[in-house]
Amino acid sequence: MVTSDDIRTILGSNEALAPVAQQIAEDDSLFDRGLDSFGSVQLMLALEERFGIEFPDEFLTRRSFSTIRAIRETVSAVLQSVAA
Amino acid sequence: MESTFSLPADTIADDAGTDAPSFLDRLFDQGLLVRTGVDGLYGRSGDFESVVDALERLITRLGAADGAEVMRFPPAMSRPAFERSGYLKGFPNLAGTVHSFCGNEAEHAELLACVEARNDWTGQQRATDIVLTPAACYPLYPAAAARGPLPAGGGLFDLQSYCFRREPSLEPTRMQLFRMREYVRMGSPEQVLAFRESWLARGTEMIRSLALPLAIDVANDPFFGRAGRMLANNQRQQNLKFELNVPVNSVEKPTACLSFNYHQDHFGTTWDLRQADGSVAHTACVGFGLERITLALLRHHGLDLAAWPDSVRATLWG
Repeated sequence: MVTSDDIRTILGSNEALAPVAQQIAEDDSLFDRGLDSFGSVQLMLALEERFGIEFPDEFLTRRSFSTIRAIRETVSAVLQSVAA
Repeated sequence: MESTFSLPADTIADDAGTDAPSFLDRLFDQGLLVRTGVDGLYGRSGDFESVVDALERLITRLGAADGAEVMRFPPAMSRPAFERSGYLKGFPNLAGTVHSFCGNEAEHAELLACVEARNDWTGQQRATDIVLTPAACYPLYPAAAARGPLPAGGGLFDLQSYCFRREPSLEPTRMQLFRMREYVRMGSPEQVLAFRESWLARGTEMIRSLALPLAIDVANDPFFGRAGRMLANNQRQQNLKFELNVPVNSVEKPTACLSFNYHQDHFGTTWDLRQADGSVAHTACVGFGLERITLALLRHHGLDLAAWPDSVRATLWG
């Protein structure tokens, strides 16, 4: 079970989002809050490390990491596919 | 967008898997390119250079009314500027660094002994403060930012440089050292996107006037690794890069001869490049692969320049 707070904790270690991580709502665009392309790659790698997963290529898109909700759903989908 | 591709009937549809001389072999045999012993590193003949020169003049004519500021840099840039540019995040495998001998006399003797024995002699080589230019516009951004905020109308620059990318290949269109002509626009998002639109139209007209088949497609840079796949996906989803492709080596994998790139505020943020009102500048560029366009002309119109269609010769040489 991945919670939004789990995601916010990881956002807190991202250079661009650290100052605002706790104020980001579920559906706020992370790109509007300062995340750039390289930052989204760092976020993707941090999520992989935290949850011990590897995102399949089809998830390596801007949309997968655009909001806390999108990230939660993406990570959950990968965790479920690993469990199955 | 156009997508009808063909190669002339008398050329090989695809160099791979045939016994006939490859396009590259024929370029060597005709003396248009000169072997150096390294794949992707070639000399050019006078005929080859006459086409490159004519393309340069054509590109200058197409952009003349815009009044771009001409800047020419040597094919190398400051290593600190290169590091700050972010190039290593996306393309560590393509970068070329300049190293020099930094040892003493005893180590010089050691170096010569290694060369003599055909052992690795590079142990005393150290990275200098110079890196080979990966794209013609890379030295421009720090130079432009150092001037202070852009003028009210933004900035427009005309660049040309040999560029290095370490990707040895037998495809003649994938050289390791090649020339890139660029126009770079700096300003508001609206200004730089309008610039890119105008060059999409001009570039298409230019290649049509050279009687070459073309297609314009959304594209991505060859970012490195898994992280690179995500960067590439981001780039495509946001329509940040378009390429004008011409079939040269094959119909299935056409060659990008021009590219039209919107960098958003990447270089503006990286270099603190500001618009006149103090906001971060956006940038865009159009790049012309001079060797690639030349090779496309040779592939489609033949290796004898005098036999090229009159309309093409008139466009190039008047």
